Amino acid sequence: MTAQIHTFPRSPVTVAVRPLATRFSLRLRPGHRETGEAALGLPLPHRIGRISVEGGRQALCLGPDEWQLDAPEAEADAIRAALPGSLPHALVEVTDREVTFVLEGPGVLDLLSIGIARDLSRLEIGRGARTVFDGVQAVLVREAGERFTLSVWRSFAPHVEELLHRGARELALGL
Amino acid sequence: MLLIHCPYCDETLPEPEFAYAGEAHIARPADPMALTDEEWRDFLFIRSNPRGTHYERWRHVHGCGRFFNAIRDTVSDKFAMTYRAGEPRPNLDALKEAAE
Ligand SMILES: [Zn+2]
Repeated sequence: MTAQIHTFPRSPVTVAVRPLATRFSLRLRPGHRETGEAALGLPLPHRIGRISVEGGRQALCLGPDEWQLDAPEAEADAIRAALPGSLPHALVEVTDREVTFVLEGPGVLDLLSIGIARDLSRLEIGRGARTVFDGVQAVLVREAGERFTLSVWRSFAPHVEELLHRGARELALGL
Repeated sequence: MLLIHCPYCDETLPEPEFAYAGEAHIARPADPMALTDEEWRDFLFIRSNPRGTHYERWRHVHGCGRFFNAIRDTVSDKFAMTYRAGEPRPNLDALKEAAE
């Protein structure tokens, strides 16, 4: 006898796309960091992987001279105008460049392990990292113990999304 | 899989985040016009290729993006240490003695 399954068990992890408000890439020499902080009204963490939040703005340090800024859309113009021309910097809006996935649930570490070789159980809550997911460069943030966001460049998103859904389905089936 | 310590991120991370970038501490001659063809060839192509301790460059390309230097044993693949680009070449024997 062949039993046909019509209902699948709930997946231990959900995969969703989070619409981005506004995202900027900021490059600034370490020596100019404090001037940049004052102009933006937002602390710029100097340790890689650390995140600072002020009001609705958020900065993630990706490198010694590189930050990812997230802000509500209404603040985009203010951020564009915040840094004076006399301060050597590069501020580029990258909102449409990236697709951000939200992965949540008790199986989230297992799901990420299909594409990331890092030991993510050691990534502390409220920190992030640029890393590589199945060959695709990605920015990962641990928002909560069982919730991560994974941002990839748009052209890689269909591949990453397919892989995440397939992984979530396999975890649901206990494979 | 190799685990590599990035001196900028100060974390030990898996090899797929990194790219190898050849032998370290090779300075481009300040005045290439003053070199003979043989000297220029040696700068471009001739590397030490040792069996054992090797001073080499890596880049944390899928991370902080920085180049840094490492000392790796080419036989065992073990990393002795990594250090930031621009820092002087560490004396491995002195480090070993200090550790003992
Ligand atoms: Zn790094």
